[in-house]
Amino acid sequence: MMVPLDPSSKPTSQRRIAEGDTVVVYERHDAMRAVAVLPGAVLQNRFGVFRHDDWIGRPFGCKVHSAASAGGGGARGGKGKGGGFVHLLAPTPELWTLVLSHRTQILYLADISLVVSYLELVPGCLVLESGTGSGSLTTSLARAVAPHGRVCTFDFHDQRAASAREDFERNGLTSIITVAVRDIQGQGFPEEHTGAADAVFLDLPQPWLAIPSAGTMLKQDGVLCSFSPCIEQVQRACEAMRSCFTDIRTFEILLRTYEVREGGLKGATTNEESNAVPLAQKKRKLLAAAETLDVKQNSSSVMVRPCSTARGHTGYLTFARLRVHGN
Amino acid sequence: MAAIPREAWEGCSVLLDINDGDRLAFFRLTPAATVKVGNRTCSLQPLVGRPFGSLFSVGPSGLVPCADAPSSRDDTTQDAADGPSQDETRDNRSLVDNNTAQNLSSDDIEAMKRDGVSGDEIVEALIANSSTFGKKTLFSQEKYKLKKQKKYAPKVLLRRPSTRSICETYFKKSPARTGFMRVDALSLLLSMANVGPYSDVLVVDMVGGLVVGAVAERLGGTGYVCSTYLGSAASSIDIIRMYNLSSDMTTRGPCEAFEVITKVGNTHYVVEVVLKSWAIAGNILISLPFRIVQAPLSDLCSLQNSVDVSSGLNDSIQGEAQEPTAVPVENTQPSVPQPTDTAVPDEKTQSPKEQSIDIDIPEPLLDEHINQDGNSSLDSKGDEDGSSIGPKSLKAGKAPSPERMKYWSEHGFSSLIVAAPGHDVESFVADLLPLLSYSAPFAIYHQYLQPLATCMHSLQVSKMALGLQISEPWLREYQVLPSRTHPHMQMNAFGGYILSGIRIHNGDACNGSK
Ligand SMILES: C[S@@+](CC[C@H](N)C(=O)[O-])C[C@H]1O[C@@H](n2cnc3c(N)ncnc32)[C@H](O)[C@@H]1O
Repeated sequence: MMVPLDPSSKPTSQRRIAEGDTVVVYERHDAMRAVAVLPGAVLQNRFGVFRHDDWIGRPFGCKVHSAASAGGGGARGGKGKGGGFVHLLAPTPELWTLVLSHRTQILYLADISLVVSYLELVPGCLVLESGTGSGSLTTSLARAVAPHGRVCTFDFHDQRAASAREDFERNGLTSIITVAVRDIQGQGFPEEHTGAADAVFLDLPQPWLAIPSAGTMLKQDGVLCSFSPCIEQVQRACEAMRSCFTDIRTFEILLRTYEVREGGLKGATTNEESNAVPLAQKKRKLLAAAETLDVKQNSSSVMVRPCSTARGHTGYLTFARLRVHGN
Repeated sequence: MAAIPREAWEGCSVLLDINDGDRLAFFRLTPAATVKVGNRTCSLQPLVGRPFGSLFSVGPSGLVPCADAPSSRDDTTQDAADGPSQDETRDNRSLVDNNTAQNLSSDDIEAMKRDGVSGDEIVEALIANSSTFGKKTLFSQEKYKLKKQKKYAPKVLLRRPSTRSICETYFKKSPARTGFMRVDALSLLLSMANVGPYSDVLVVDMVGGLVVGAVAERLGGTGYVCSTYLGSAASSIDIIRMYNLSSDMTTRGPCEAFEVITKVGNTHYVVEVVLKSWAIAGNILISLPFRIVQAPLSDLCSLQNSVDVSSGLNDSIQGEAQEPTAVPVENTQPSVPQPTDTAVPDEKTQSPKEQSIDIDIPEPLLDEHINQDGNSSLDSKGDEDGSSIGPKSLKAGKAPSPERMKYWSEHGFSSLIVAAPGHDVESFVADLLPLLSYSAPFAIYHQYLQPLATCMHSLQVSKMALGLQISEPWLREYQVLPSRTHPHMQMNAFGGYILSGIRIHNGDACNGSK
């Protein structure tokens, strides 16, 4: 279960993988997938063939080996005896974002975490969302308002709404999330939520069309967020917000990731025998003032640098607060 | 009961934003509480029952609600460097600033004040009597008006303390106290550690309580925050008192005021903490919310009998680690009642105290019965906890019950967040990771990259965790205006580093049975 709805359903070290559970099969940080555990079923990947029956009764976070090697196999750690291995993880909204099937563009960790904080979501809140898309954000919204709050999410695309509903069901979130098919830009949010929403989130092509409705749905001082990839959309959304909203702020958030490796850097002498000056002597020059003549010769150390590929842009996040009227 | 209270109530903590962010201060709405705006001391009683988000002005008898909420608290005037919009034809070529533009003298203004002319009317008069106002660009006119409003018609915005507003306030006014943790970094920590209902979150908080409070807010009365610390003395987690965490909205917390004095000039801060009642009341009970407990790391570790740490991590250091001199972290001392008007200097202290708040001595506290079971309605079956021992000492959190401790040693914590700027995290992590349940995520914040890199490397070698990643958030705010949209001219360039990962079941021979 993705989000525990009662204390007994949270994953602990005592919990065992059971039939019907969803596990996230971790091969590598960039190779994961969600698998529903079914008796008799097998998972086949480049590391071999894995029997679900071998997983049942094991703790989450454990390492499981393949029953038979698949071709050239051998897991990350080189060639293991029984072929390759994978780890079985308990699903979380963060992992779900990495493994879900992309039916649309989705929101990722950095945007999601800022959205949840800035919308000031806490357990018990009611939050409205449109569109549902692939449900990446919806899953994190659900965690933030559970166990007693609700997420009402709307998409005008029938199939997408249905697929999202299936995913939420599989992840045990149906009591928190309701998915409805509705053209939010055309019709606005349903009247039943008028003045009841703590927060509203829009990821729509023309958010400005839905903003007046969002204002009607929100409680006083409630927070609206609109996510748009293009600055022209932001421009129009902000104009639409100015009449009823205050504290309008637009952000862009990106993550830079780093890679770490241990290794020595080659000194000049390593390659050039002809270089007469010994390394130690050179170091001494550099450290002239210091008394550390016996400085560690060990040039092997942990080094870190930014990863060279990264997402350059996801979208702009505009937040605004429903203005409170004096009385 | 609504999840988020939308109106201020007697005894709650509020954040006051005075003059559009010039001054931000937390207060508790006690009957005696006051705020000084300009040279006027105003009672905070008019705030009680008012919606968060309301704007107040200062009238002859104190704070009065403005007819309408702020008209432009967005970014219309964010960047001073911004020129007129492209569509505008006026420019400032003929403006001469020789201080003779204003026909009203300061005596005139004083006279108007004595006659009870309102601040807004004075601003209008100043504009009418300015010979240059008409020549200014619309943009400069707006700026002129705002400047005069701040002086003659100051506004007080009532804001609800939340993780977002508390984190932003500290980051803006007193960043050293919260380890320079930016709100996006804090948000990432909460996500990466999968903080959600019924979580039992293990936290090392050396950022004043910001993280403990944020986690507790997300738990909403379910689960537990176990705040752990090195050595025998807990570091201060005072900031949790700025959150309205108690589910019993009528419980009155300790009377206190916490004042962060405004930025002076461009770089200097003075931070002032006023905690009068603490000094007076001496041994008052602090109502730490039921779901926050504190335990020394050594206690937690000694419970960990099934030692499966075959790690390559360093031996742990149990003593107090030292603050590096480069990073003065203010007040991580074990907490003692603060004397009145303690000026706590930030890293850049030289500036004079500009304004200081004068809080009337609040009435002594506090009916001894803080409702420990206030959140029982959110509590549920199966989450056994017999203990309802009140907190014994000032600020020290309630220790977890032996049953709780036993439960955690068998089931593990749901996740871990470490925010210990100035500490060598690698040594903590070797002790902390075994306390987590299998498959539990963790997130470690640091201002420096190298300690996290070393820690990440050790974890890779030890095979205790996977999905290891160091990330650095990059946050950019934009001014969005017709024909004037661009990133803010000033931005914060550093939000800290986070090492995240997932604890795994160690060893190949992992067997279902235990
Ligand atoms: C980019 S996706 C949202 C992705 C989502 N935020 C996530 O994280 O998975 C945008 C969605 O909006 C839906 N949509 C577009 N116009 C809409 C409208 N007028 N009413 C409701 N949904 C709409 C689309 O069908 C699409 O699924």
